[in-house]
Amino acid sequence: MVWPIDLAVLTLVVMVAIGSLMVKDLLGAAILFGAYSFMMCLLWTVMGAVDVAFTEASVGAGVSTVFFVGAVFRTSRRTRD
Amino acid sequence: MADIVSTVVANYNYWIYITLMMIGLYAIIAKNNLVKKIVGMNIFQTAIILFYVSIGVKKGATIPILEHAHGGHGYGVVHAAEYANPLPHVLMLTAIVVGVATLGVALALAIRVYNEYNTLEEDEILAQIREE
Repeated sequence: MVWPIDLAVLTLVVMVAIGSLMVKDLLGAAILFGAYSFMMCLLWTVMGAVDVAFTEASVGAGVSTVFFVGAVFRTSRRTRD
Repeated sequence: MADIVSTVVANYNYWIYITLMMIGLYAIIAKNNLVKKIVGMNIFQTAIILFYVSIGVKKGATIPILEHAHGGHGYGVVHAAEYANPLPHVLMLTAIVVGVATLGVALALAIRVYNEYNTLEEDEILAQIREE
């Protein structure tokens, strides 16, 4: 494990997590959650868990984002927090 | 005092996992929108998965795939210390897939709630329930 990459990606993960919860638009939250999943995938590659990394890239960053975007289009993008 | 500080700095990754977990817990409790709550639930879950996978990391180890396993001349003695521990990886692989199933059910329920009350905000839904 290379600790500078690990620390940089962990910082990005925390920032994207806070961003996806603060943004006032649900579609934006869905896309930022996709970015969060992709950062998580990078983190697992750094840790040497390559099988978990590609499962996360396909299932977490791919299918979850599609589910979120689909749900947002069937309901509303409006949110107060 | 100095060794407390060095312990905290050396285990920085655990502190960041706890921070991520608390961000997710805050979103589940305090956010008003149902989709935001579901995002928080997923962040909480990935923080726990991250903690488990980080337990399997070893210093100076490589990914858990045998070197020269298909070379034809055998690989002799396998030293477990040279490979990352694959057991937490396999367990957390199941957790990721279960997480996507949970996400699908949660979003389906949110869509059902929206069709019933025409809003995703929790306080508006509760106000409509009280009026009935």
